[in-house]
Amino acid sequence: MMRSGMARLILMRLAIAVPLLLIISFGVFSLVHLAPGDPVRALLGTRPSDPETLATLRARYHLDDPFIVQYGKWLGQVLQGDLGRSINGNRLVLSSIKERAGVTIYLCLISTVIVLVAGILLGMLAAFRRGGRLDRFVVMFGVFGISSPAFVTGIFLLYVFGVVLGWFPTFGAGRGFLDRFWHLTLPSLALALSIMAIVVKITRASMIEVMDRDYVAFARARGMSAARITFAYILRNALIPVVTAGGLIVIGFLANAIYVEVTFALPGLGSLIVDAVQRRDIPLIQGTTLVFALFVVIINLVVDIIYTMIDPRIRFGKVAS
Amino acid sequence: MTAKSLLTVRGLAITAAGRAITTGTNLEIARGETIAIVGESGSGKSLTAKAIARLLPPGVSATGQVSYDGIDLLALPEREMQQIRGRRLSLMLQDPFTMLNPLMKSGLHIAEMLRDRPEFRDRAALNGEVARRLTEVGITDPDVAERMPFQLSGGMSQRIALAAALARDPELLIADEPSTALDVTTQAEIIKLLKRVQQSRGMGLVLITHNLRLAFSTCDRIYVLYAGSLLEVGSARAVEADPFHPYTLGLLLSEPPADKRVPKLIAIRGKVPRADEVAGRCAFADRCDWTKDACRAAAPALAELAPGRLTACIRRREIAAEMQALRGSALAAASPSAAPDSATRPIVRAASLVKDFAGRAGRVVQALKGVSIEVRPGESVGLVGESGSGKTTLGRILVGLETPTSGRIDIGGFDASDFSAMTSAERAATRRIIQMVFQDPYSTLNPRHSVRRSLTEAIGTIGRFPRSEIDARIAELLREVGLPEYYAERRPSSLSGGERQRVAIARALSVKPKILVCDEPVSALDVSVQAQILNLFKRLKLELGLSYLFITHDLAVVRQIAERIYVLYLGEVVEHGSAEDVISRPQHPYTKRLIDSIPR
Repeated sequence: MMRSGMARLILMRLAIAVPLLLIISFGVFSLVHLAPGDPVRALLGTRPSDPETLATLRARYHLDDPFIVQYGKWLGQVLQGDLGRSINGNRLVLSSIKERAGVTIYLCLISTVIVLVAGILLGMLAAFRRGGRLDRFVVMFGVFGISSPAFVTGIFLLYVFGVVLGWFPTFGAGRGFLDRFWHLTLPSLALALSIMAIVVKITRASMIEVMDRDYVAFARARGMSAARITFAYILRNALIPVVTAGGLIVIGFLANAIYVEVTFALPGLGSLIVDAVQRRDIPLIQGTTLVFALFVVIINLVVDIIYTMIDPRIRFGKVAS
Repeated sequence: MTAKSLLTVRGLAITAAGRAITTGTNLEIARGETIAIVGESGSGKSLTAKAIARLLPPGVSATGQVSYDGIDLLALPEREMQQIRGRRLSLMLQDPFTMLNPLMKSGLHIAEMLRDRPEFRDRAALNGEVARRLTEVGITDPDVAERMPFQLSGGMSQRIALAAALARDPELLIADEPSTALDVTTQAEIIKLLKRVQQSRGMGLVLITHNLRLAFSTCDRIYVLYAGSLLEVGSARAVEADPFHPYTLGLLLSEPPADKRVPKLIAIRGKVPRADEVAGRCAFADRCDWTKDACRAAAPALAELAPGRLTACIRRREIAAEMQALRGSALAAASPSAAPDSATRPIVRAASLVKDFAGRAGRVVQALKGVSIEVRPGESVGLVGESGSGKTTLGRILVGLETPTSGRIDIGGFDASDFSAMTSAERAATRRIIQMVFQDPYSTLNPRHSVRRSLTEAIGTIGRFPRSEIDARIAELLREVGLPEYYAERRPSSLSGGERQRVAIARALSVKPKILVCDEPVSALDVSVQAQILNLFKRLKLELGLSYLFITHDLAVVRQIAERIYVLYLGEVVEHGSAEDVISRPQHPYTKRLIDSIPR
């Protein structure tokens, strides 16, 4: 029952994800036509507009076909992994993305670890010391974190640790695992700080709520150890809303990664998308946007599965009491 | 009282945010003894239990002495206290649905208490022991250990909780209202189980309850707690035979008897005060019929009037005869229920009502399976059943809150089978005939509206009236439900539960209906207040010629109000007849079980 329930859940989520991706791809494709002026001009970029090039472009993007057929053909190419060539530099969009993705994934991974470990830990500590000095400090820190955007935090960290103290490099992604870690410490901190505040806040609120529950009191009344109560009773129940917010957190990561990569001059996907927009490189914008969208959908699916594993009430088909 | 006392509590005073919750409680329990702490809401009985186990919520503190087998619990460091909990004394909470960890299999609640013992290191041995513990609490199906708490019924959860509380074999169990949240028949099973386990283990048991009858039938000794003060202590038998304190007597008399109908219940007037409001005087003075100035001069101490019998009433010796006379007259008064006049045309008639709800995974849950009932003008009809019987659904269908899947309803000559199919004029006319009073007076009144606004709104549903007429009607309504006129300006938050229910009744009466559907109207109220509201229903019936459909799980309540009873079980009427017949000579096995589960 458990297995089949899980399989059904994944299938259901996929059934929602596929149309969602289709809608996104349609929006992304429409970019060509939404750009002001003739789509050929938009795709031409800075290249010379001789009839030969124009004809190649028309053929490449099937611009003489009706709109919906164009979309169908484009989608077919995308599904085969062909995201087209960038206007500037005439490189394969897919290989540009592959080249840049490493930095962004590395950055997001370090930030995720920081956010989950430090965020949940701080939230727990604040909840246990409710009303105390530590709690007030954490809450205040949370307000700062939420209200200062990642690029502001980034510039601040750059100035203090990069320029004044000189402990960390101020730009670039570094080579090799350790060097890269060193280069990405400040960016991932900047990225983590703004998101972490949300995790701290949710963890704290939900811990406080769970600590007042009858089952925690009953566990104490039975003489369970403090560690057992903290982890098996309080934390496990308190993490459900944190996991639920996981999707939002990941989306926050991606949006903020763009700012952070620009601030720290990192060659990641975020800076790639910013470059593409500045140069009106439509194939590149389409490619990066699609990759981001796919990533968000996949992460949400993973979050849903984790959620189901933590809370058996979902698995057994009971949604709310 | 006995030489080998297990738990001795001396002067346990609980305060929260500077306000007193209890004032110097003394308790004593010997090994193998069962005592009851009886009290209404706000008496401090639950917090006393938590104070003993050192589990008070943050912001609440206790002073005094709690001595367990010679150990001073209040002075113990938390780490050592943790060793005492579960192993030497255990505490069970009230609500079985919130007591278990929702993310943990039910069996694990027991296993986690056992697995640090060397003989249960082995998984098979541990599982065997869990199964054995489940058998002790009456669960023979070992599969139950594999279920999640939300898959268990209330009674089943309570059994699991009991097994978990007892897993480390404590010598003392404190059970806080262990049966209150359960259905009547399950209540009796759980209490019987508790008693059986207590006896076979020779364990001490502290039962915390609001139900005096339950305490009498289960416990050796009774402690009556009221607004934070102990008012009476004595053996169950002695207190039942002759209560020494007017409050205990009042509680006994307020409890409606199931075996006979009394013309008027003897209710305690007023409402339960907060402990800090009655500091420095007799806590019960304001509600007592025998109050003298001396009662308000100082807080009376518990005095031993007979061996093992203590009372905090300083006038006991003077008023003993009067108290006994009152008890005698209350017991003697019984009137036969008036025979329903079968000639008149019913005001409400429902025929073969069926209601389906969409269940999980496309299954259909049938809440009502062809129920037919009728209520005649001026008649009170009881609809008795437990959770899942469909009684609430039936009530909601009659007032148009739900639409039946099939079946016919006739209300005062209107076809009310489907409210949405009626014209708005017909619907309005029907609503002037039938109105509803809900169970929880805390959630049925809009907290932001004054009583006047709530009533004005209700009066406005039947037409436009000039201001003066509305004001006059509000004054009349408040008078009818026994509230002073200035209550019109109050908001629900400044009213007690009983007062809120009065307002809710006034609101239902505002359109001058002919019949009230009352869904458990007194079950959320304190016992002493229940009697007041039941008396109000009786008076309104005489004064206004109302009919009632009284939906309840409580046979004693229905005995006082209804002339006829329908017993609803799993969506079917299994028995109906005059209240007298059904309660005195039940035919259906389910009715018999219901009647057997009344504590006596």
